[in-house]
Amino acid sequence: MTSQLFIQYLFAGITYGSIYAIVAIGFNIIYNTTGIINFAQGEFVMLGGMIAISLHTILPLPLAIGLAVITTMIIGALIEIIFIRWLKNPSVLRMIIITIGLSILIREAALHIWGEGVRSLPYFNGNEISTIRIMGTNISPQVLWVIGVCAVIVALLSLFFKFTSLGQEMRACAANRLAATLCGISTKNMVTLSFMLSAGIGALAGCVVSPITYTQYDGGTPLAIKGFTVAVLGGLGNSMAAVIAGLLLGIIESFSVSVVPLAFQDAISIAILLTILFVRPHGLFGSKEAAGLKEF
Amino acid sequence: MKRFFLSTVTLLALWAMASFFAMPTAVQAKTIKVGAILAESGGASFLGGPEARTIKMLADKINAAGGINGDTIELIIKDSGGNPEKAISFAKQLIEEDKVLAILGPSTSGETMNIKKICEDGKTILLSCAAAEVIVNPVGKYVFKTPQKDSYAVKKIYMEMNKMGISKIAVLAGNTGFGKAGKEQLEALAPEFGIQILAAEVYDKAATDLSAVIAKISANNDIQAVVNWSIVPAQAIVAKNIRQAGWNVPIFQSHGFGNIKYVEAAGVAAEGIIFPAGRLLVADTLPDDNPQKKVLTQYRDEYEAKFHEPASTFGGHGYDAIMILVEAIKNAGSTDPEKVRDAIENLKGFDGTGGIFNFSPEDHNGLDIDSFAMLTVKDGKFALYNK
Repeated sequence: MTSQLFIQYLFAGITYGSIYAIVAIGFNIIYNTTGIINFAQGEFVMLGGMIAISLHTILPLPLAIGLAVITTMIIGALIEIIFIRWLKNPSVLRMIIITIGLSILIREAALHIWGEGVRSLPYFNGNEISTIRIMGTNISPQVLWVIGVCAVIVALLSLFFKFTSLGQEMRACAANRLAATLCGISTKNMVTLSFMLSAGIGALAGCVVSPITYTQYDGGTPLAIKGFTVAVLGGLGNSMAAVIAGLLLGIIESFSVSVVPLAFQDAISIAILLTILFVRPHGLFGSKEAAGLKEF
Repeated sequence: MKRFFLSTVTLLALWAMASFFAMPTAVQAKTIKVGAILAESGGASFLGGPEARTIKMLADKINAAGGINGDTIELIIKDSGGNPEKAISFAKQLIEEDKVLAILGPSTSGETMNIKKICEDGKTILLSCAAAEVIVNPVGKYVFKTPQKDSYAVKKIYMEMNKMGISKIAVLAGNTGFGKAGKEQLEALAPEFGIQILAAEVYDKAATDLSAVIAKISANNDIQAVVNWSIVPAQAIVAKNIRQAGWNVPIFQSHGFGNIKYVEAAGVAAEGIIFPAGRLLVADTLPDDNPQKKVLTQYRDEYEAKFHEPASTFGGHGYDAIMILVEAIKNAGSTDPEKVRDAIENLKGFDGTGGIFNFSPEDHNGLDIDSFAMLTVKDGKFALYNK
C-alpha cells in the first residue's frame, strides 16, 4: 500500500468515524439522563438535514442550519414532553418500544412532507468536485467541515458538562437520579433538556454530512445502527469514548475495503458490535463494575 | 317481541332499498380490476413513485374518457417499499382475493423475480417495470416487462467503449437485484467486446460514502473507465467521490441513471457521465419524423403539468405497462385473461416511451437495442451523446 493510498483510506475512515461519533454522542446524552437508548436518534439527524434544506430555499446557509437545529431541538423537547415525561417509572422495554415507534412515526411524516427523493445541502465551500490536497491526496473540503464540527461539538460538550451549573445538574442526574432529586434538581427538566441537546447535535450533524451522504427520509436508520454500534463499542454513556470508538470503527471499515470486498463492510461493523456485546458488554472503555449497576 | 319485529322490518326495508339502488350499477358496464405492486416508499421509491403516479394519472384519464370499450379500470396499487417479501404477499393477495386481470410492476428486478412464479401459477398477467433480463429469459407464459433489457444496455456501453478505445475497466454495482444482474451481464459480455474487467466491487444499496473503494480502484493505473450499475442514490455518490479523489476517468452508468434528480444530486460531478437510456429524457432534441416523439412529448408534458416534477424514464416504464395492457384489452375485445395475454404476445409496432414494442412468444420484452440511445450530462441537463 502506498503512503498516498494509506492517507486516502485514513481520511475516508475519519470521515465515517466522525459521523458515527456525533450520532453516538446523541445516544449517550439521553442514555445518561434517562438510562434508555433513544432509537429515534437517527431521525433527528435526518430531520436536521431536511429542515435545513427546506429553509435554505429562502434563507442563507448559516441561518438555515441554525434555524434547523433550533427547530429540531423543539421537536426533540416536544417528543419528550408528549411521549415520555408523564410516564411513571417506565420499564426499559417500554421506553425502547416508544422510541422505535417514534422513529417510524417521524420517518413516515418525513416521507409525506418531503417525498421519497434524495436532497442535499450545497457544499459549504466549493462544489461537488472541488478538492483540497493534503499530503499528496485529494480530500473534499466538506470532510474537513465534518471533522471540525465533530471536534467542536465534543469540546463544547465537555466544557458544558464540566463548568456550567446546568451541565453539572445533568451529570448529577446521570450519576444518581434519586440523590439529584433530593438536592432539588428537577430531573424531569433535565430529561427534556437531554432530548433537546441530542436532537440539536443530531440536527447539526445532519446538516454537515448532508452534502456528502445526501438526506433522504429513511436515511436516519442506518446512521442510528452505526451510531449505536459505536456507543456500545466505546461504553454506553461515555462521550469521549464514543469519539475514539467512532474513529476506530470508521478506520477499520475503510481499511477493510483494501483486503475484503466492499460488500462486507457492514458485515464487519455488525460483527464488531456482536463481538463487543459478547466479550465486553460494558464497552472498550467502560468499567465492568459501573455497568453492572445500571439497569440496561 | 314487538321490538324484534320492528327491527326485522327495518332491516328488510334497508336491504330492499340498498339492493334497489344497487341494481342499476350492477347491470352497468363492468370494472376491470388491475393490480399494481410498486415501491412508492423505500430505497427504490424514485422508481416506484413516478411509476405509481403515472399509472394513476393514466387510469384516471382513461376512465374519464369512458374507459376501455365502456369498461372502467379499477386500480389497486400496493406499496411494496421495494421489499420482496411484501411483494410476494401482495401478489398472492391480488391474485387470490382481488382476482385482478393483471399486475403492473413491481419496480425492482429482485421483487419481480420473487413473484414471477406466483403469477405463472396464478395464471395472472405480470407487466414488470424492472429491467433485469432474467425476468423474461427464460420466457414465462404470463410474464412481460417494459424496460429495455440490461444486456442491451451493456452492449451499448461496450460499443461506445470500443469506439473510444477503452479496454480496461472497473465495475461497481449496488447489491440489489438490478445491480447483481447488471454485473453478471457486464462480466459475461466483456470478452465479446475485447474488454477486461480489472476490478469489480459490490456496495450496499444504502451506502452513503464510497471514497474508500474509489481510493482502492483508482490506485490501479491501468483502469481507463469506471462503470457503475445501480438504481440507488449511490449513483450520484460514486460520481462525486471519483471527482473528489481528483480522478479524471470517464464514468459510465446504467440506464438506472435516467432521473434528473441524480444529476441534480451529483451537481458538477455529473457532467460528462455517459449512459444508455430511452429517448424520453431528450424528447425535445429528437427529429420531428421520429415516430416516438409525439408519445414522448405528450406523456412528459402531461406528467410535468400534473406533478410539477421532471418526468423520468421510470415513470415511462409505468406508462408502457398500463398502455400495453389497455391496448391488448382493446385488441382482444374481451377481459378474459387468456385472450388478453395472447393479445399482448401478438402486439406489434406499439409506440411506447421505452421504444417501439414488438412482442412475440419468444420475446416478452419486445424492444430491440435501438430503443436505447447513449446520453450524457451537459450543463446539468441530459443530452444525446455523440462523438
